[in-house]
Amino acid sequence: MESKGAVLTGEHFISGNEACAEGALAAGCRFFAGYPITPSTEVAEHMAERLPEVGGTFIQMEDELASMNAILGAAWAGAKTMSATSGPGFSLMMENLGLGIMTETPCVLVNIQRGGPSTGLPTLVGQGDMMQARWGSHGPYEIIALSPSSPQEIFDLTIKAFNLSEQFRIPVLIMSDEVVGHMTEKVIIPPADDIKLTPRRTPKVSPEKYLPYDPDEDLVPAMALAGQGYKMHVTGLTHDRKGYPVITEEAQIELVQRLIDKIRKNRDKIIEYHEDQCEGADVIVCSYGISARTSLLPIQLAREEGLKVGLFKPIVVWPFPEERIGQLAAGVKAFVVPEINYGQISLEVERCAHGKAEVIQVPHAGGGIHDPAKVLEAIRRAAK
Amino acid sequence: MIERHPMDQLLREDRIPHIWCSGCGLGTSLTAFMSALQDTGISLDNVSVVSGIGCTGRVAGYVKLDSFHTTHGRPIPFAVGLHLANPSLKVVVFSGDGDLIAIGGNHFIHSARRNLDMTIICVNNFNYGMTGGQGGPTTPIGAKTSTTPYGNFEFPFNIPHLAAASGATYVARWTALDARRLRKSIHEALMKRGFSVVEIISPCPTLFGRFNRQGTGLDILNSYREQTVIQHGADPAKVGIEPGGKIIVGKFVDIERPTFLDVVNQGLKGKFGPPVEKPRAEELAIPSVDE
Amino acid sequence: MKEPSTAEKPKFWRKPLDADRLQVPKGKVHIIKERCKGCGFCIEYCPRDVLGLSDEFNSKGYHFPVAVNEDACVSCKLCDLLCPEFAIYSETIEQEEVEKGGK
Repeated sequence: MESKGAVLTGEHFISGNEACAEGALAAGCRFFAGYPITPSTEVAEHMAERLPEVGGTFIQMEDELASMNAILGAAWAGAKTMSATSGPGFSLMMENLGLGIMTETPCVLVNIQRGGPSTGLPTLVGQGDMMQARWGSHGPYEIIALSPSSPQEIFDLTIKAFNLSEQFRIPVLIMSDEVVGHMTEKVIIPPADDIKLTPRRTPKVSPEKYLPYDPDEDLVPAMALAGQGYKMHVTGLTHDRKGYPVITEEAQIELVQRLIDKIRKNRDKIIEYHEDQCEGADVIVCSYGISARTSLLPIQLAREEGLKVGLFKPIVVWPFPEERIGQLAAGVKAFVVPEINYGQISLEVERCAHGKAEVIQVPHAGGGIHDPAKVLEAIRRAAK
Repeated sequence: MIERHPMDQLLREDRIPHIWCSGCGLGTSLTAFMSALQDTGISLDNVSVVSGIGCTGRVAGYVKLDSFHTTHGRPIPFAVGLHLANPSLKVVVFSGDGDLIAIGGNHFIHSARRNLDMTIICVNNFNYGMTGGQGGPTTPIGAKTSTTPYGNFEFPFNIPHLAAASGATYVARWTALDARRLRKSIHEALMKRGFSVVEIISPCPTLFGRFNRQGTGLDILNSYREQTVIQHGADPAKVGIEPGGKIIVGKFVDIERPTFLDVVNQGLKGKFGPPVEKPRAEELAIPSVDE
Repeated sequence: MKEPSTAEKPKFWRKPLDADRLQVPKGKVHIIKERCKGCGFCIEYCPRDVLGLSDEFNSKGYHFPVAVNEDACVSCKLCDLLCPEFAIYSETIEQEEVEKGGK
């Protein structure tokens, strides 16, 4: 059997979940640990088939707790690592997502969202984990989460997720959903040389001088790998620059402040969004993932009715494009926020609009995508 | 002049003294491990120690090795990632009975089943020490702890039996008093291919000992002298610890079985190029560049 | 100084069959008293009863061991291994022919 190589340059007709796996391979991911869960399983299946071809390792763990820890461990051994799951598994991963944040471990975690709560709708769509992505693990922290709307986007954003995780030493979440995951479309994979990858930030000093948590100017420290003689200590406890546990208020402030600031102060390097006709609009539809895509028809219909409607699609959902929403709020009557939950990102839009514009939720319990008529109706109401 | 101990070169000296109580067996267990590790001649640069949470979980913080103090119950899956992403590492999980057998029990049995090539050192003090002496998965029936004030109503796990039944290739049990035999056993476990498990019965005079009127750490070590019986090759099913009964110690299992990576490499042989089992840390880490 | 607690108790060591051919090393025990937490493991299990408990306290308030019978130390290093605090170790200071067993 001939290895197909890691980057399958060319045009493919594949599902979102397969595109996610191919994006990971193109980004250099060589370790995947996961546990089967609908509707994310195809990511694991595709990795199981493809990783051995490129010298990588796939392991199906005993649960999602183990999967999350295995990708953290593998990252410290030098691999670029990923896991994929859905709601119930995402909940199980939350504690150790926190370990990844605290120990500043680069990795990528994919959530192909389904309807919840609990077992909910294993085979049908939801977007109810957006706030869990932001706040799901305990304690104060910042996180990076991306939201793709198509197989092509999930391919591109998976590469971006790996790059951000290496640049900022943080687990990066891909908050996709069942419809995007199972949607099959054309995906164009560029030549390997055209894919820009962010290298791991390895120490530039000898083991004697190395402080595992002494940050560079951008607040991100260099990461030694196991087996390189650095003999570092890595702990989920609050720690000092040496990596040693220090249970004091001072150590907590120094560490947690930096973990927050390395994202907040670098937000301009992280945030990405797509705008269409937002300048001069009376109404802006703000949506993400599959809901951004289902909003296209009602936006078009509203424009045909003569309404000035823009689309604002956060591609990076966390950190949220707070400043841009604030600017846009000054010029519009209202935001319309369709999402497959009962108000998560809409609350964030409301917060960022500072009362300058109305925010109209278009909620959906899950199990299906929005009826375009309901979104159109909300746009009409907003334009009044 | 600061007095130094020969073991200091293997420890994070700036973190000594450790947090463990007077009479606790963890320091002895750590010494047995570190001196066994030295005896093996394995390059210390290549050793990773992974711990969970609890008193034993603090071991990772004292060894001058690549060391990972993970979350409660999860050192084994973290170690699985380290091992599989760089099979040239020698990966050791050093944690307690509550961490490995209760909250982390699922990972213990499944990693033994897969026969992942790693060494598990499980210090069993019959209770949760760090949180104040609660009952746990190894607490003997009838024993008093802070959460079993009327005596423990649960049957405990027999760790060697659990390990052996799940597929471990090496299983031994010693007490902290058997320091020399323990050291030899850890040495064997470190050199063993596959999932090797060493259980260390260790005194917790501050909590389990106090709840059960066992006296000082020294009294507990003395009781081991009366209670323990060396029975190499004993049937792991028959080494459960009964209140007031004998503690059977020794090497119970030492078998050969293909490891997870043996099976992976066999299954993929000739399919896609060179086998997975090779040093990969340097290969995978992209060299750092100035930004 | 207190007497070692096991001084009168019988030890459990068998006499080696090749005792007459063995060189018995001479050891010196080093005690890092500030690290000691007074568990008494080294004193109790020293096969040559080299150690006793000091009447003094270290700065943590523990009685630490002292060598009360230093000449008897053979640097077997059991104290090194049993001490949970990395507070005691022995080293061989010289080799000495000792005729044992009276053959």
